[in-house]
Amino acid sequence: MQLQGWGRYPQVDARLIEPSSSSTAIATIKAQGPQDSLIARGAGRSYGDSALNSCVLGSRLLDNFKALDTESGILHCGAGLTFDQLLQVSIPQGLFPSVVPGTKGVSIGGAIATDIHGKNHHQDGSFCDYVDSFTLLLANGECKICSPRKNRELFHATCGGMGLTGIILDATVKLEKVSSVSIRSRSVSTHNLAHTIEQLECLNSNRFVVAWIDCLASGPKLGRGIIHVGNFHETGPLKYQSRRGPAVPFSMPAILLNRYSMKLFNNLYCRMNNKAKADTVQDYDSFFFPLDRIKHWNRLYGRRGFLQYQILLPLDSAQEGLQSLLETAASAGKGSFLAVLKKLGESNRNILSFPGPGLTLALDFKREASVFPLLNELDRIVIDHGGRHYLAKDSRLDESVFKAGYPQWKKFKALKEKVDPTQCFSSLQSHRIGLTAKPGSVTS
Amino acid sequence: MNVLIIGATSAIGKASARLYASRSAAFFLVARDTKRLHEMELDLKIRGATSVESDSRDLLQCDQHEDIIDSAMVQLGTVDVVLICHGVLPDLEQAEVDFETARQVLEVNGLSVISLLIILAEKLKKQGSGRIAVLTSVAGDRGRRTNYTYGASKALVSTYLQGLRGNLLDHGIQIIDIRPGLVDSPMTAGFEKGLLWSSPERVARGIVKAIDRNRHTAYVPEYWRLIMLVVRYIPDFIFNRLRF
Ligand SMILES: Cc1cc2nc3c(=O)[nH]c(=O)nc-3n(C[C@H](O)[C@H](O)[C@H](O)COP(=O)(O)OP(=O)(O)OC[C@H]3O[C@@H](n4cnc5c(N)ncnc54)[C@H](O)[C@@H]3O)c2cc1C
Ligand SMILES: NC(=O)c1ccc[n+]([C@@H]2O[C@H](COP(=O)([O-])OP(=O)(O)OC[C@H]3O[C@@H](n4cnc5c(N)ncnc54)[C@H](OP(=O)(O)O)[C@@H]3O)[C@@H](O)[C@H]2O)c1
Repeated sequence: MQLQGWGRYPQVDARLIEPSSSSTAIATIKAQGPQDSLIARGAGRSYGDSALNSCVLGSRLLDNFKALDTESGILHCGAGLTFDQLLQVSIPQGLFPSVVPGTKGVSIGGAIATDIHGKNHHQDGSFCDYVDSFTLLLANGECKICSPRKNRELFHATCGGMGLTGIILDATVKLEKVSSVSIRSRSVSTHNLAHTIEQLECLNSNRFVVAWIDCLASGPKLGRGIIHVGNFHETGPLKYQSRRGPAVPFSMPAILLNRYSMKLFNNLYCRMNNKAKADTVQDYDSFFFPLDRIKHWNRLYGRRGFLQYQILLPLDSAQEGLQSLLETAASAGKGSFLAVLKKLGESNRNILSFPGPGLTLALDFKREASVFPLLNELDRIVIDHGGRHYLAKDSRLDESVFKAGYPQWKKFKALKEKVDPTQCFSSLQSHRIGLTAKPGSVTS
Repeated sequence: MNVLIIGATSAIGKASARLYASRSAAFFLVARDTKRLHEMELDLKIRGATSVESDSRDLLQCDQHEDIIDSAMVQLGTVDVVLICHGVLPDLEQAEVDFETARQVLEVNGLSVISLLIILAEKLKKQGSGRIAVLTSVAGDRGRRTNYTYGASKALVSTYLQGLRGNLLDHGIQIIDIRPGLVDSPMTAGFEKGLLWSSPERVARGIVKAIDRNRHTAYVPEYWRLIMLVVRYIPDFIFNRLRF
């Protein structure tokens, strides 16, 4: 069947296997021939081809709760459980994940495999910092419990390891106690890039911080935007809620997808969210997951899909690098009209994790032929400034660019070869960026 | 609320159970996979179920049905809702030429359900209340050239339910015929999924709503009612030539 990521590009004709229990997952792996290769898929919220291959093992049905200790906040669940299902149960108990992504649709397995970061990375680190352990199904059909104490190497390779070490079957995660799920938030507007960066630094004492950059501003106003900050409110209801807005029923016809309609959409979105606001109390759903209100919003980009480009630049070169990225994208007349900018904190010990000290910028691009040369140009800027790309968003990165951004790739590859000598696990992305050999090519 | 789910480990059954769990229901679950039943017990409790008991059986063994229903009645006390959702969708081309395959579809989807309904009707009559919801299918509305064996097995149950509904009317028992459209579940693994497909979760929301509202026949999602209305009225000479 046709499978794709959230960006709807690329699309592949794949065999999708969805085991309904751990034992069927184990049996599936044991039945793999020496030439066969597959990749795990969670909820398909990564944008590109990291969860795509000609054979895909989906974790959708491995979504059981296994244990929840409301005292300690320790949750044990299947890897396919989504944040949405998790929140339904945890919120009434006064528990919330310490790290959440921008959509509730993400699965716990996917969150581990890309070591996701939230708006609070500068204070709290990334998702895997709260993962106590997980069960990993290896290429030989064996299951190993991995934690920072046991099978440590495998733990740090799997966290952020893009599904290449094996299938995460279930995980134990520590949730945080909260007295309310309301967020006290405010917004601050900024005049230009230097000001935005300075303000991100100043507002660092807030738990959640994120900036939206207005990509239409140029010249002295380049990099202006709005910074949203928030903190858990001390009081408020402990109530799960999910705002359901309209859904985009099908792919928008290409004719509606021009600069003007995109501009309109972005402006509307901007207007909905981007006013400098004094202190307000808002519910967690609209603060953390504003995009979830429009179901299937990725269909707005039409059948051809889109690409998200998310990079990280180290602090000392960030301003110069961001300036040139924004200028290059704007002068090409491509890219979204809004970009997201976040400040990230310290990195952890996970070999391929994306976050590290610096600034991360995310831009959306409608997929069209002319976007690819532009992105290559942006890649150069990123590498020249010592940056790297977020693999969860990627569908096109060059092997050399990936390797320049992740100098630890060799360590990862060595470990991968040890636990998965026959390359039982590989994705279109891992072939492209040189973490696995393309099928048919001779392995050295 | 006390809920008996037969075929509980089906994707649709599991999703429906979770909705009832969030309403603090007590459960009796029946399915054949002991390990998955056990996992489901833990899951439902964390999602809010007040108690969960289960029994693992192959439902083709109709002589055991009375036992199953008896233990459910003992465990639950009164049964408020029964949801019957086991079923099979075999290789339909094989069912066209091989009687054993056709027999299996008719036995699982048709006869085993009727056996359960006969016993349930008797027991619930004594109880004087209860709602019985059965998953049939839009495929039972009209025999199509690609899946008439499956369609016939579902039509058999739908027709049975129509009569049973009247029969139980004066006993305070409601009969709800649930006809899902295309659902992305293990039953349809490998099918190319398109716009008309729904998730088991969406279908479960429709099922619980239909049971809450005591609907006689519920198409889930509801747009299938319109689609099937059209399908039923296509004249034979055109319909026979359609390849869907
Ligand atoms: C609207 C939106 C907002 C987002 N916001 C953020 C954000 O704020 N921060 C952030 O960090 N990311 C964000 N993301 C990206 C998203 O969190 C990651 O792509 C995440 O990995 C998606 O999880 P998934 O369950 O959908 O996994 P998939 O997309 O299905 O898979 C992603 C990767 O995880 C691997 N994987 C999945 N399940 C398993 C498993 N059980 N075992 C082993 N490997 C597995 C896959 O092989 C693949 O390499 C966002 C995405 C969207 C669409
Ligand atoms: N999926 C669709 O598109 C669709 C559309 C219309 C109607 N329906 C109906 O909806 C119901 C639920 O199906 P689903 O989509 O959720 O598929 P599913 O997950 O495959 O569920 C089918 C269930 O039936 C069980 N089963 C089959 N034979 C059995 C037997 N002899 N004894 C005990 N259990 C048996 C299976 O048990 P195991 O798990 O142990 O195999 C499985 O749990 C079925 O009646 C189906 O016909 C489905």
